[in-house]
Amino acid sequence: MKNRSLVSISDYSKQEILRILELAEEFEKQPHIDLLKGKVIASLFFEPSTRTRLSFESAVQKLGGGIVGFSDSSSSSTTKGESLNDTIKTVSNYADLIVMRHPIEGSARFASEISGVPVVNAGDGANQHPTQTLLDLYSIKKTQGKLEDLNIFLVGDLKYGRTVHSLLEAMSMFNPTFNFISHEKLQMPKEYKLFLDKKGIKYYEHEQFTDIISRADIMYMTRVQRERFSDPIEYEKTKNTYVLRNEMLKNTKENLKILHPLPRVNEIHQSVDNNPKAYYFEQALNGVYTRQAIISAILGLK
Amino acid sequence: MKKELKVSAINNGTVIDHIPATNLYKVITILNLDKISNAMTYGSNLESKKLGSKAIIKISDKFFEDEEINKIALVAPQAKLNIIKNYQVVEKKVVEVPDKIIGIAKCVNPKCITNFEEVTTKFTVINKETVDLKCHYCEKITDQNHLVIK
Ligand SMILES: [Zn+2]
Repeated sequence: MKNRSLVSISDYSKQEILRILELAEEFEKQPHIDLLKGKVIASLFFEPSTRTRLSFESAVQKLGGGIVGFSDSSSSSTTKGESLNDTIKTVSNYADLIVMRHPIEGSARFASEISGVPVVNAGDGANQHPTQTLLDLYSIKKTQGKLEDLNIFLVGDLKYGRTVHSLLEAMSMFNPTFNFISHEKLQMPKEYKLFLDKKGIKYYEHEQFTDIISRADIMYMTRVQRERFSDPIEYEKTKNTYVLRNEMLKNTKENLKILHPLPRVNEIHQSVDNNPKAYYFEQALNGVYTRQAIISAILGLK
Repeated sequence: MKKELKVSAINNGTVIDHIPATNLYKVITILNLDKISNAMTYGSNLESKKLGSKAIIKISDKFFEDEEINKIALVAPQAKLNIIKNYQVVEKKVVEVPDKIIGIAKCVNPKCITNFEEVTTKFTVINKETVDLKCHYCEKITDQNHLVIK
């Protein structure tokens, strides 16, 4: 992992993923306040994403590193028409590692090829967001004590949701069973189902929440976005069909945890928040440990 | 005499036959034939049982490396090459779809970085029969129907 960019979750082998999770656990136990002392991390957010940015910046500062950068492109030279190529080449002179988020797909891969320092992709349009996937894996491992043989439910927008696609790919290394719950227009794309068929991994598709959720170890909820529907009435109906409410969790497994990449709209009712099975806020905190692990591993400090 | 357009014979060089007529100019672009000074003749809209309408190119004193010629597999997967020396066909070749396509095709995804900045496109051929290309950058698939040559 040392000196290598992290652009897509498939850049890491199973061993490397497990190594990151181990390190994240270590960071959770021990703060390591000076590990990044003297290092500068560039945080380049060409589009705003407050949560992801704060999580990265918190990870860096907790390790004693410095941060330079910008939080949206209106405060960067890209508004003056500078190309990504020039921005990356310039910034890589000032930093030991670049964290970047950019609305254009493939921008992080391109940046990693022209940058003199490693690049961590913090989201490139609808394409990849590997640090989210790693923190999801960390949350699953931490709450279930293992990654193998779990029954994973993916709920909501399974068609466009990049987080569920990357999670599906990564979890496929650990012999899972998948259950997909979504509106017929937002079903898991064929290419991912083919991928699972090839690996011999079982999956089941549902259009409604039913008693089937009593089998879940993990329920991964995603938001359904208005833009996905041409008919606003259909959006309103769909939005309200896939809402998880506290009473629905009555017969679910003891070890069940509910995850969500946040921010949520209404897909998890607030009544769930106090249920011990709700895990989405802790999941966000796990993001800090995971990002500490990723940055330290790439800089060769761990 | 058979009713066919006469494309004159060459002494030494390469004949590329069985090009779909609609893709003749794409083949010329991909092989950079518009930038060389070799004597060249081509015929188009010739009758073909296999392709309906085919094109043929004859280039004097030009011989291609496999790697170079395989690039045209994207637009002329059934193309056949005759290598001519002294008016004799000394070798026949067919094209093969390569594993990687660099700098020829355009990515179908309008949000892909390759459509915004000066970036050489790179694709992995994930299905050689249907010629499905996976973009190295945005990871989206460009299929034969959406293939645009740069
Ligand atoms: Zn692309």
